[in-house]
Amino acid sequence: MTDPKSLFQKVWDAHTVRTLANGQTQLLIGTHLIHEVTSPQAFGMMRDLGLKVLRPDRTFATVDHIVPTDQFAEPFRDPVAQEMMDELRKNCARFGITFFDRASGKQGIVHIVGPEQGITQPGTTIACGDSHTSTHGAFGAIAFGIGTTQIRDVLATQTMALGQLKVRRITVNGALRPGVYAKDVILHLIRTLGVNGGTGFAYEYGGEVFDRMTMEERMTVCNMSIEGGARAGYVNPDETTFAYLKGRPYAPKGAAWDAAVARWRATASDPGCHYDDVVTIAAADIAPTVTWGINPGQGVAITERIPDPATASTVDEKASVEEALAYMKLTPGAAIKGTKINVAFLGSCTNGRLGDFQEVARYLPGHRVAPGVKAIAVPGSQIVALQCQQLGLDQIFRDAGFEWREAGCSMCLAMNPDKLVGDQLCASSSNRNFKGRQGSPTGRTLLMSPVMVAAAAVTGAVADAREVFGVKN
Amino acid sequence: MSLAKITSLTGRGVFVPGNDIDTDRIIPARYLKCVTFDGLGAFLFQDVRKNDDGTDKPHPLNDPRFAGATILLSGANFGCGSSREHAPQAIQKHGFKAVVAEGFAEIFYGNCVTLGLPCASASREDIAKIAAAIETHPETEIVLDVAKQEIRFAGQTVKAAVRDSARDALVNGRWDPIGELLEGLPAVQTTAAKFPYLAA
Ligand code: SF4
Repeated sequence: MTDPKSLFQKVWDAHTVRTLANGQTQLLIGTHLIHEVTSPQAFGMMRDLGLKVLRPDRTFATVDHIVPTDQFAEPFRDPVAQEMMDELRKNCARFGITFFDRASGKQGIVHIVGPEQGITQPGTTIACGDSHTSTHGAFGAIAFGIGTTQIRDVLATQTMALGQLKVRRITVNGALRPGVYAKDVILHLIRTLGVNGGTGFAYEYGGEVFDRMTMEERMTVCNMSIEGGARAGYVNPDETTFAYLKGRPYAPKGAAWDAAVARWRATASDPGCHYDDVVTIAAADIAPTVTWGINPGQGVAITERIPDPATASTVDEKASVEEALAYMKLTPGAAIKGTKINVAFLGSCTNGRLGDFQEVARYLPGHRVAPGVKAIAVPGSQIVALQCQQLGLDQIFRDAGFEWREAGCSMCLAMNPDKLVGDQLCASSSNRNFKGRQGSPTGRTLLMSPVMVAAAAVTGAVADAREVFGVKN
Repeated sequence: MSLAKITSLTGRGVFVPGNDIDTDRIIPARYLKCVTFDGLGAFLFQDVRKNDDGTDKPHPLNDPRFAGATILLSGANFGCGSSREHAPQAIQKHGFKAVVAEGFAEIFYGNCVTLGLPCASASREDIAKIAAAIETHPETEIVLDVAKQEIRFAGQTVKAAVRDSARDALVNGRWDPIGELLEGLPAVQTTAAKFPYLAA
């Protein structure tokens, strides 16, 4: 009997090629996902060094950040966006890389496309030049967001140099209260553990709450691991994982499927394995959570008040609360509920999946977006868009006064035409509320679950979705 | 590939105060629209440095006294947020040769090292001492000794930690791992052969 090991340790050990001179590990990366923003410079470096792509068959591309969500035809109005698009097409064609281009009907945000296609699988290593690559950990993969030079490394060698991580087990036991979603779980965790509490760690999420979550919900949590400072986040694979993957285009078929499931099952953390740290949270303590500040850890329960720097316990905390409130133009000590909003954004790799739109659509009928609020709903992929159409969800959103857009990152960040203007305040289902994140240097973002975004959209102010919609999930 | 051995750096410093300075602050997302990194240095800290009409806001990087500084000093959790290498690239292309802060975000740290841009952690008190020295004498020469993990300035010496793997990589001129990774290719094939999902 070998020593019990965590999933992280098993996957790490199996993918270790060798130890480098500086003590780091040369780690085999099974799956490499690329997109238009961070890859062109890496391909440029490849050209400069005369290198070729080692495993084009394990490299998959999509386009997400720069695509307009209101214009399908090319050329794009923005010539730089078009240039980036063309560059990716050219690089994929040149090296024989599969590109889920928009004409394929499979394009979308990279962290939605990988799972949707069944490319994201348990027990594998995944890298992508995008920090929210941790999303793929929902399948029990070890997935790293990497920089452009590392993209070059992975393109050329299918490996990268990395230091070993510690593993923190985060257990959430009990049942979530009505109106509390996966998004609230992760916002609560980041608020509790801090935006850099995860430095040096991979997070393993488990416990009753995660056992019951859908794959989409697990992805929402793993997605934001990075916002808690962790280098990766994962959930052990189980029947829910296998059921999600079965029949997807890149999932193994026939006898290979059964063998794969047996292998995947064996990659889950062994009972009694060592964790470098353990955190236990009671599900009942988690409330619908809304951020009030300029990092994802600055959040409060919807029933709480915006912090007052005067009551901060440390000098640092006081300074950061002051800085955040000055930027956010919010009143210290005021209730977060009732804060007027200008924009509502539903979408992103955190909450732009079918289940997110389905959940909101349950509550929208009979409600209208409040006058003066711009509300946009953006499916995370063309497949999500199609599924929503087939279910008539797009119409529910349109009837309620939302603009229904085409797949992309949209207003999660400022690289396409969807942007905040001036100091607009946006209720957003995305993952980052940094200064200027949504396109205006003075734009303001409040992160929350999709249902809370909808409640804000229809009331024109931050609201408790449980009251607005009578949420009882 | 032979790379420079980065054992020590000497230059003037500039202090950009604040904790949790994220990569969006370092280089706002709208400047990520590019197919090469050239020219990014001009937009370093753009939104906190410039008004909408292009005029300067008060910011240490706009202060002529600190023009030409090559060592960037800041607070805790520097470089948090996105994994974008545009942030270290912008810092490097602006002319910085090293960053000294109380602490750094993981991905940012790794990205910097790979570019041969050392990141050293110093205590808040020590950073404040250096900041005070350059505030009164902007021409103060600062030596970041990567090998010895210390900073020398104005006759003082303070501790500056550089992670073991990063220090080894910098000091021995193997901060860009591509050469070593390529050498490992035969072993890569053997490791890959163990996995059905990697069957060619
Ligand atoms: S949706 Fe937002 S966080 Fe996700 S990949 Fe796109 S820009 Fe990044």
